[in-house]
Amino acid sequence: MTVEDQRGGVVSKDVSHYDKFPVGMRVLAVDDDPICLKLLETLLRKCQYQVTTANQAVIALEMLRENRDKFDLVISDVNMPDMDGFKLLELVGLEMDLPVIMLSAHSDTKLVMKGITHGAVDYLLKPVRIEELKNIWQHVIRRKKIDPKDQNKSPNEDKARHGNSESGQGASSLGNADQNGKNSRKRKDQNEDEEEEGDENGNDSEDPSSQKKPRVVWSVELHRKFVAAVNQLGLEKAVPKKILDLMDVEGLTRENVASHLQKYRLYLKRISSVASQQANMVAALGVKDSSYLRMASLDGFGEFRNLAGSGRLSSSTLSSYAPSGMFGRLNSPAGLNLRGITSSGLIQPSSQNLSSSINTFGKLQPTLLPSNQSAGLYQGIPTSLELNQLQQSKCATGIGDFDPIKDSTGFTVSGSFPDNRVTVGSSSSLLSRASSNPLMLQGNSQQTHKRGPFGNQSSLGVAPLNPESFDLGIGGSSNFVNHNRSDESWQGAVQLSRFSSNALPLSEPFNHDQMASNNLGISSTSPHIGNSPIEFPSTNVVSGRLEDSGDVCQEGLIGNVVHNMTYTSKQRWEEYKQDYNPNMNHSFSDINSMVSNSGIVSPLGRSLDQNSAICGRSFDVSLIGQLNGGSLSNAHHSEFENSAVDAKIKSNEDCLLGQTKSQDGFIQNGYESLDDIMNAMMKREQNQTLLSDGEFGINAYSLGSCI
Amino acid sequence: MESDLLREQISNMRQSLFVEEILEYQFLQLEQLQDNENPNFLQEIMTLYFRESPKTIAIIDQALEEHFNFPGLYKYLHQLKGSSASIGANKVTKEINQALECFKEGDIQGCKGAVQRLKQEHNILRNRLQSYFQLLRQIKIC
Repeated sequence: MTVEDQRGGVVSKDVSHYDKFPVGMRVLAVDDDPICLKLLETLLRKCQYQVTTANQAVIALEMLRENRDKFDLVISDVNMPDMDGFKLLELVGLEMDLPVIMLSAHSDTKLVMKGITHGAVDYLLKPVRIEELKNIWQHVIRRKKIDPKDQNKSPNEDKARHGNSESGQGASSLGNADQNGKNSRKRKDQNEDEEEEGDENGNDSEDPSSQKKPRVVWSVELHRKFVAAVNQLGLEKAVPKKILDLMDVEGLTRENVASHLQKYRLYLKRISSVASQQANMVAALGVKDSSYLRMASLDGFGEFRNLAGSGRLSSSTLSSYAPSGMFGRLNSPAGLNLRGITSSGLIQPSSQNLSSSINTFGKLQPTLLPSNQSAGLYQGIPTSLELNQLQQSKCATGIGDFDPIKDSTGFTVSGSFPDNRVTVGSSSSLLSRASSNPLMLQGNSQQTHKRGPFGNQSSLGVAPLNPESFDLGIGGSSNFVNHNRSDESWQGAVQLSRFSSNALPLSEPFNHDQMASNNLGISSTSPHIGNSPIEFPSTNVVSGRLEDSGDVCQEGLIGNVVHNMTYTSKQRWEEYKQDYNPNMNHSFSDINSMVSNSGIVSPLGRSLDQNSAICGRSFDVSLIGQLNGGSLSNAHHSEFENSAVDAKIKSNEDCLLGQTKSQDGFIQNGYESLDDIMNAMMKREQNQTLLSDGEFGINAYSLGSCI
Repeated sequence: MESDLLREQISNMRQSLFVEEILEYQFLQLEQLQDNENPNFLQEIMTLYFRESPKTIAIIDQALEEHFNFPGLYKYLHQLKGSSASIGANKVTKEINQALECFKEGDIQGCKGAVQRLKQEHNILRNRLQSYFQLLRQIKIC
């Protein structure tokens, strides 16, 4: 199991535990209060779990980092002296992708909300009852179900299924925690085939009532049809039966459509709220409140997660990426032209509210969406995908909006992309974008966040999200990647998040091309852009490498995400590439070459300096550096084999390493969770348009000169 | 005989603790957790509580004196609430909640009053439990 290998330890281990599971489940309990810790430990032992305790968050993190596979679940107190419980939550979610349960004597709704948005799978009140603890194993199962699915459907899923026959598919693509273990197996096989083809009409019904029915995997293709049908009917009048008829997909039941529709509706609602939130977040970013940002992202993504029920990954990553941070960054670049990006405006004002930031995010999307909606791009993928799409649409729009971009051939192409996308079946692309965007955004936001001067640059990172839109224009690689993701399933929300992570590196290239100079880390990526269409796979590879690079990807999550992305994205990307208008590709290559050549070289030099400056500052930088470094090192971009670029990467890496080591806090901020990443990406998309404006402005220069 | 008397005494004591609402349901959970693997669980956790909680109470007292150390006050009240609730110290927890309420409303005087009562309840609890455990130990010996 390739995909599973990543989590392989967990999965395989769990599998071995499965026959007696939840007996023997390995729990890590964290609480600074010795009384509560002792009580918790005793209670958990009574439930026949294997318990390890830690009275400090940092100790817990060390244990987890040392061997993530040693644990199945983490329970942590909220109020701890050395580290905020939410921060730990995000980090664990991001880095280790383990389910985390929050514990508190406080039953404040806001805190509970915060926990959820940060990616907690549950929130318990003290004193904890043993009955509650007896059920916590479900979170482990649920997570396993989702992850394997995203990564590698068949092998993992089979395993998971075998192990969790009773729990079924905790998080199917539709996010239903169905107890269809058997179905998932069936589905997975189906899905595998289907997904590989990039067209998943895996009809795995998630209908709990029909245990034997395979679960429907809402692939990009399927979702596109769905959205097209909904748009045709009109959202108000869209009834499952009619949608089903319009879609004309064999094996799809009315129930499938109904549940999907429900999710879609929620997703749309969320988008609109997220847009506003994003705006807030962006504003927040300006504040440089990483935690805030994170939360913002979490909020946004949290919603997604909840909505889609996707695995923790998406949400966690998102959450970790303080979207607000991203937004802030996005907005910060001077050049950002909010043309089509309402979010940017939105973001600015409300930095305070995390939730609002999400809203802005949502808002951003909606604005762009309208244009794309017609395209039917917005498929009802409630999860991040949708957001991505929205973002994408936004991005796409944004791209078109970017004047500088327009100058570049690539951009103009992108402008047309939305249309192309639509024709191509962009929904998937949107999805992919969306997914990637969140990640990208996150990455970007982080970057931007940390780097004042790089604000623009960071956007590049963020741009990745947009990259989708860019991708189209630029080389849509990101888009492609995303698509792949979406194809795979919604569950791909996780994937998306993963993808997104890749997107970061990718997007960077894209953005970099434009902004090559600006982004420290990003610039390194820019080279990617040049190669993006082609590079993308490489980027993915890079991502994977990043992951490998141990320390480098400390944020672990990101690496993983990227890694995951590489898996699927690569494939998908190829597929999509073909799908995409060849013209687009051409334009991409044109742009890419141009960008890579001229833009990259010069910007790189600049970015290097900037990078070094930043390295000291923030984790993000290091992350970016990582990504950049990783990507660059791996980059196939021959163009970028500049010493400058390399140097940059190295410096980034150094910074990164140094950063990561010294600044746990930063790291946490950076990649608190996939959710954050996702959120970030999404926001980035939104911001991207924003950023792209700014960035493009910058890039335009370089591009212009290059060209 | 003696052991019977002792048992009766213990039983009465225990019952009164609940009747007077000094202890609540959570305490029963703790008792249930005590088994062969954890023969002294109850006593251990109580010892732990009475070792840690006075420190927290002292910090709370001090925070009240320093009028501007509100974050500290809140944080430690919260922590005390967690541990007190975990052992089933009913009245202590109630006073803590009262103090937190006053704190949220900005009623420092009320908060101070609640903390005073909190300390009293805490002492009462400690004394009662000490006698209770003493009897329990005696019965084990018998």
